[in-house]
Amino acid sequence: MLNSLPESPQVYLFGTCLIDTFYPKAGLDAIALLELAGYEVVFPQAQTCCGQPPYNSGFKAPALKIARQTIKLLSSKDIPVIVPSASCASMIKNHYPALFQKDTSDAQLAHNLSLRTFELIDFLADKLPYGQQLSFPHCKVTLHQSCSALREMGVASAWRAILEKLNNLEICFPENKQECCGFGGTFAVKSDAISAVMTEDKCQNLMATGGASILSGDMGCLMNIGEHIKFEGQADPCLHLASFLVKRFGLNHED
Amino acid sequence: MKTKFSKRIELALADSQLRMNFRGAMDFLRNKRQLAFNDVEEWQALRKKGAAIRQDAIQRLPELLTQLEHQCQQNGIQVHWAEDGNEANKIILNIAQQHNAKQVIKGKSMATEEIELNDFLEKHEIDCIESDMGEYIVQLDNEKPSHIIMPAIHKNTAQITDLFEKKLGISTPSGDVDALIGVGRRILRERFEHADIGISGVNFAIADTGTLCLVENEGNGRLSTTAPPVHIALMGIEKVIPNIQVLPTLQRLLTRSATGQHITSYLNLISSPRKKGELDGPKEVHLVLLDNGRANISQDEKLQSTLACIRCGACMNHCPVYTRIGGHAYGSTYPGPIGQVVMPQIKGFKQEGELLDACSLNGACGEACPVEIDLPELIRTLRHRKQESSSTCWSKEVFIWFVWTKIHLHPWLYRQATLLMAVFRTLNLNYPKGWTRTRTMPKAAKMSLHRQVRERSKTKKKKENE
Repeated sequence: MLNSLPESPQVYLFGTCLIDTFYPKAGLDAIALLELAGYEVVFPQAQTCCGQPPYNSGFKAPALKIARQTIKLLSSKDIPVIVPSASCASMIKNHYPALFQKDTSDAQLAHNLSLRTFELIDFLADKLPYGQQLSFPHCKVTLHQSCSALREMGVASAWRAILEKLNNLEICFPENKQECCGFGGTFAVKSDAISAVMTEDKCQNLMATGGASILSGDMGCLMNIGEHIKFEGQADPCLHLASFLVKRFGLNHED
Repeated sequence: MKTKFSKRIELALADSQLRMNFRGAMDFLRNKRQLAFNDVEEWQALRKKGAAIRQDAIQRLPELLTQLEHQCQQNGIQVHWAEDGNEANKIILNIAQQHNAKQVIKGKSMATEEIELNDFLEKHEIDCIESDMGEYIVQLDNEKPSHIIMPAIHKNTAQITDLFEKKLGISTPSGDVDALIGVGRRILRERFEHADIGISGVNFAIADTGTLCLVENEGNGRLSTTAPPVHIALMGIEKVIPNIQVLPTLQRLLTRSATGQHITSYLNLISSPRKKGELDGPKEVHLVLLDNGRANISQDEKLQSTLACIRCGACMNHCPVYTRIGGHAYGSTYPGPIGQVVMPQIKGFKQEGELLDACSLNGACGEACPVEIDLPELIRTLRHRKQESSSTCWSKEVFIWFVWTKIHLHPWLYRQATLLMAVFRTLNLNYPKGWTRTRTMPKAAKMSLHRQVRERSKTKKKKENE
């Protein structure tokens, strides 16, 4: 018999500023799931934003400064960095390395961080104890595959795969499922007219599926979709995949 | 003076017929392309090959162009170099005047749209008629093409029937596409007979044989380049490829991406004017090589992939913005993602920089591009360049990002900011305006994730100490 249990492996959680400010529940649910999968979660209090908003809006210098800060913060331990958002994960994984001049120490650090960065659901897909899920009556949910999950991160299939492992669950996809929901960060404000039409179309297609919840791994898309559905006078059916999974595994934590 | 891009977008979005036409057409084209590339592995392999071919050609642009010029001259094709649109127009006018040309018949060419050749020639009393059916339709309605492959895609059959009745006085049974094409064919046949000069674009120019390739479906390209006694071809310098061996790959990618066709009805390979003893073909062939900013782009490591484009239009067919506003709203020669990338580079940020805003960076264009042009990355890079080259030091946006950066670079400040948002969460500011046009404002949570994690570890420690 062992005298002491082996230490659980550690992971960083990069919570993202959107979840931090607006949807902390999704962040707590991410922690609960990671713990269920046997990880100790390290949440550095000095984390802020990944820098994607200015980066995509034409402001490279601020993004560079934020990237430097975030890389430093997430490099004191050589452990995986888990991000509960495909688009923020992609900023760190795909765009940070391109920000720095080749062969500099910054580029080396960014590259190392890139290799350690994972989108939450993709990371969890083969690590959850599916045998422990609670039983639920038949239920229909709609999956919104974010553009970052589909393209830059290529994790949309993992999102689907994780849902397929759940009991009694019917997964629906909207018409034009590959199309952007119209969020695009500052695009929603700068090109508001087009963004509005894209959002309206997406919500219409999502609602037409008749799923009880709209699930996704990107809170940006879900904020866009949810706030539009509320604008139309209906209840917000959006839920982060992590929050849905937490329910399925019967994990309770105080909100 | 052009209206603002945002205004043009609003107008396009308000036109429900236009939106229906585009949505229908784009869905149709996307599905057809999907069917043509149903073997994903084969598509990816072909795409890799195509990208490598184009990248190699761009790297060797000066060398290949010199070879092309030499080979064309050997074949009896007269080669002209034009630094910009103005020069290209003058070269073409000069050739036309040498032949006392009064009538020009044109094959489809986006390069001639880029230099606004029709307007220029008409100012010099040379009548230009478009022979591509789509181009003919937009010309008849005094419009510009709304798509680089399907110029009249914004119109449905009923609208074209009305147009023919109004402008030509010919009525056709409603919904009868064949009848409409019959009308166009009849009128254009006559024009082919009387044209003094035929003008075409070039899809690919083969350097080592001096051959011009023209890909088309209607046969108008072949007629425009063979029936009149003089043929002038205009091409952007990036269209050069090293040899005929690379052509099948590009051809396959082009036609499948553009229209979902495995092959087009016509592939013209033009290598010389009429030779001694031959009964047909133009007596003179001219090739005008248009730079118009391309040489500069080829020197820019981060932007040179712009030139790899083979003008298939797949990026616009897959763009959720283009699908909704259509080509005219862009107000530029090339619309859609490739237009957003090309136009600011050839016309400058001041004139075309606003195009860059109309993109959510969703990546659908880059995914569809048959030669792996990372269009979203190019748009992002151009947004950075636009900002860096901006002459106004202070604007509302600059100020917002300045404050944003200050806050996010100081974790303590950031935490205070989220705390403030939590405290004032019930205040309904309805700001920013653009967001609330179709959405409610999100409310900050009572307690941020940072704070909840802190409290959580405090209670955990407490429990451990007990």
